[in-house]
Amino acid sequence: MSKKNSEYLINRKDNQYEVIIGLEVHAQVLSESKLFSTSATKFGAEPNTQVSLVDAAFPGMLPVINEFCVKQAIKTGIGLNAKINKRSVFDRKNYFYADLPQGYQISQFKDPIVGEGKVILDMPDGQKEVGIERLHLEQDAGKSIHDLDPQNTFVDLNRSGVALMEIVSKPDLRSPDEVSAYIKKLRSIMRYLGTCDGNMQEGSLRADVNVSVRLKGSKEFGTRCEIKNVNSIKFMQMAIEYEANRQVDMIEEGESIDQETRLFDTKKNETRSMRSKEDAHDYRYFPDPDLLPLEVSDEFINDLKKNIPELPDDKKKRFIDEFKLSPYEATILVSDIDTAKYFEEVVAKMGKNKDMKLAVNWITGELFAVLNSKGLEISQSPVSAKNFAILINLIKNGTISGKIAKTVFELMIDGDKDPQIIVEEKGLKQQSDPKALEALIDKIINDNREKAIEYKQGKEKLFGFFVGQAMKASGGKANPQLINKILKKKL
Amino acid sequence: MSIDLKTIKHISKLSRISVDEKKAEKLAGDLNSIFDFIEKLNELKTDNVEPLTSVAETTLKLRPDEVKSKNIREQIVKNSPQDNEDYFVVPKVIE
Amino acid sequence: MSDITKQSLSELVENIKNKKLSSTEVTKAFIDRSEKSKELNTYITEDFTSALNKAKKFDQKPNLDLKLPGVPMAVKDLFCTKDVKTTAGSKILNNFVPTYESTVTDNIWKEGAILLGKLNCDEFAMGSSNETSFFGNVQNPIDKDLVPGGSSGGSASAVAGQLTPITIGTDTGGSIRQPASFTGTVGLKPTYGSCSRYGIVAFASSLDQAGPMAQNVKDCALLQEVISSYDPKDSTSIDFKRNQYSKELTNNIKGKKIGIPKEYRVDGMPKEIEDLWQKGIQYVKDCGAETIDISLPHTSYALPTYYIVAPAEASSNLARYDGVKYGFRAKGENLIDMYEKTRSEGFGAEVQRRIMIGTYVLSSGYYDAYYLKAQKVRKLIKNDFDKVYKKVDAILTPSTPSSAFKIGEKTNDPVSMYLNDIFTVPVNLAGLPAISIPAGHDSKGYPLGLQIIGKAFDEQNILNIAFAMEEKINFKNKITDWWIK
Repeated sequence: MSKKNSEYLINRKDNQYEVIIGLEVHAQVLSESKLFSTSATKFGAEPNTQVSLVDAAFPGMLPVINEFCVKQAIKTGIGLNAKINKRSVFDRKNYFYADLPQGYQISQFKDPIVGEGKVILDMPDGQKEVGIERLHLEQDAGKSIHDLDPQNTFVDLNRSGVALMEIVSKPDLRSPDEVSAYIKKLRSIMRYLGTCDGNMQEGSLRADVNVSVRLKGSKEFGTRCEIKNVNSIKFMQMAIEYEANRQVDMIEEGESIDQETRLFDTKKNETRSMRSKEDAHDYRYFPDPDLLPLEVSDEFINDLKKNIPELPDDKKKRFIDEFKLSPYEATILVSDIDTAKYFEEVVAKMGKNKDMKLAVNWITGELFAVLNSKGLEISQSPVSAKNFAILINLIKNGTISGKIAKTVFELMIDGDKDPQIIVEEKGLKQQSDPKALEALIDKIINDNREKAIEYKQGKEKLFGFFVGQAMKASGGKANPQLINKILKKKL
Repeated sequence: MSIDLKTIKHISKLSRISVDEKKAEKLAGDLNSIFDFIEKLNELKTDNVEPLTSVAETTLKLRPDEVKSKNIREQIVKNSPQDNEDYFVVPKVIE
Repeated sequence: MSDITKQSLSELVENIKNKKLSSTEVTKAFIDRSEKSKELNTYITEDFTSALNKAKKFDQKPNLDLKLPGVPMAVKDLFCTKDVKTTAGSKILNNFVPTYESTVTDNIWKEGAILLGKLNCDEFAMGSSNETSFFGNVQNPIDKDLVPGGSSGGSASAVAGQLTPITIGTDTGGSIRQPASFTGTVGLKPTYGSCSRYGIVAFASSLDQAGPMAQNVKDCALLQEVISSYDPKDSTSIDFKRNQYSKELTNNIKGKKIGIPKEYRVDGMPKEIEDLWQKGIQYVKDCGAETIDISLPHTSYALPTYYIVAPAEASSNLARYDGVKYGFRAKGENLIDMYEKTRSEGFGAEVQRRIMIGTYVLSSGYYDAYYLKAQKVRKLIKNDFDKVYKKVDAILTPSTPSSAFKIGEKTNDPVSMYLNDIFTVPVNLAGLPAISIPAGHDSKGYPLGLQIIGKAFDEQNILNIAFAMEEKINFKNKITDWWIK
């Protein structure tokens, strides 16, 4: 395997293979109630406690669509720069399974609510555009639990009927890294929009991954395999790597690849065929006669458009233009909506005389380190943006040194204390009175005459020694710039 | 047109209804006579006709996003053939 | 009063309101007659004890402002009734007790009516003779071993046999009108979207409609007024201004234009039916209406279209009966084995046949040739009606191509059975309202019906025409009570 100019290729003998990847992402819509019923959608409830008669498909029960889920799908479509279809149709996808109470899933087949769109990925060697084929609304299934009983499977229908958005990409992705960037970008956009929480552990975001390979330079697509229901970025990357190599090996051995559905075994780190061919599915899609075509007006769409918040790409551009951040810094800050929010709050609280660079460095440095070590999200930060801004200002206006600031920051973590009070109480204010510092330095030079002479004779290394002594004597509070200035003058 | 036993077996599998040889033969006979009669539709040219899915000449009404159905687990599992307080229970699923 | 069960709904309501009869007396009378009529096999589930209790409770504090004050009523067993077993005539729902009420029945109880029990019907409403019911065939009160029609056969028999003053059925391809015609009763299939489908066991969602079945047009209008409502729980329910059908009922149909479609004069139709139709034409003329010859050119394609659309929807609607959540479950080695045995043992032959047809027409490679084709022809059929309704106010046709037939006569020939619905099916495909009224007898003395088809949401008009014709026809059902020993 080689990575030249970050191109992901698989090498065998004289052949170089390119990997073609398309993703079908299933994103759970953030809503209080389900797509076609009024039961709750909360994660982690007791089994079958969020199941209505509609969700359990009792005789005579009928679906009624949730307006908010429709809005969420359209908002997401807008976020994906996609065409919103004013008329869409719900179809039934028919198959039998224990956790599919109706015997069909209500989905959108021919006429989805959202058509073609695109997202931009920030890759190390530049931007990459990934096409979106479509986005449609559909019902989630329930959950089958196979390990509670040796003879039986248990079924929990809490998830049954929860709204999902299936976002289908074009086969534009070419490497596991691009897949990672794509998922992160989708998640970022949906979190900005508040349409999906993107929580992969809770299954709010999962994907079917379509993988095929072809000789580099070829225009034809190879036969693709679909890896079902992968629920972490890491597993997606591992699955792609395994599957692409498997396909290349088959081609190299002169075998043909079957178009099939495969499953990624996370324990063995391999994909395996899921369904035998004789059991090939025939979903018998047809328009759901219990539902009429979904029609939305221009006004309905425009109202949603008007209320779309600033999205990551625009925010990034603004951070660069307005705050003079580097593209790299801006990318880091906008990738997660909560980080961006925190940063913007810090900026606002810093007031007029603000040091943007300092704030960015402290957020991406000290703050991220603390959050990391404590396993916290930025939304749960122990230091509020307000106090964080005060701290940055204290450094900026010379009240404390960067070094002292680290001590102060440590103390702020416990109980989100105001750094000004900490500085006051602990007497950590930087000593910036030139007269006092001159006296202090005079004493040090006096106490270390020999070293002062050595320095004058050219042992310049000793300058650091004097700085150290001065800082020590001041209890670390002396203004380092002033110390430097005075020492240079006196020595 | 003719629906053969293989087709009957296939659709019985899709519809999850077990069919033995005798039943399959009877079904094939019935379905063939029904489809002979259905074939009449082929007399009509419909290339430029819009399909009609619903006669209700209105569009889908949207409901507000409100949780109204409370926890009715007892009601939900009450009618299930195999008793369990919390879950629906089915014979082991074999992939 | 010994003749309570002979009274029409309107008479009973009147007598209860005037306190000439109590709900208990009326309820008891219908229960007594029902008890003596077991041979008709109309009931799947009797709820008599509970009905009497409700009647007594009603009499203690009677609310006489209601439209159906303390009136007992049995309903087709396709309507889910809270705490009362609901089977849809199927083994697969043999033990199913809903915890909820259908909107239509809820509307009825809210107007003071009392549930007597659940009436027999073809399994999942799939049939034209009530012979597909898991609970056995129903006898037509007209004559022994005569089918009452289907699928609302139990409902038709119960009204004709005076076991219930009135009832409700469902009509997907003729299931109210054809049995009404076979039993000498009145049956209305309302416009699609008029009555909520919430809580009704679904057969074919785009065609199913609940409707009243009664002894006369006025009763029918009154019950339609009660059951029709806009229901946000049914996405296909339509919010239109509903009339007070019984109050606005009039026999003045002067100047109405009534279409006579030539395509309903089918090959092999008995002369008796043709004669009846001609009589009907004369009646409406006598009422001051005008008849106009019209053409509905795609009529003969309606039945083949129906036998694609209805089974397709049914194959999917009936997928929920899988032995997992409720109803019958057969023992199986594993999940799939359980499914296949449950559905093979739980569904009867006709239901299985239709599921197979439906699965086939939706399956890969056949969708366009069958299902899509049928959707297109359905459009043509609807266009036919739209076009003629620019010229006429209603259409008059026979309800069925023959009178009631003998039990077992057509069970081995599905196509000849299906042909029964030839005049009723186009109405469902176009979503229109239509009423069948008894209009005469054939040589055997069996009743024959005429069908009046209206414009969408124009129930009032066809009820008025039926009301006017009813007076002229002066039909008397020949019920001998042969089954009462």
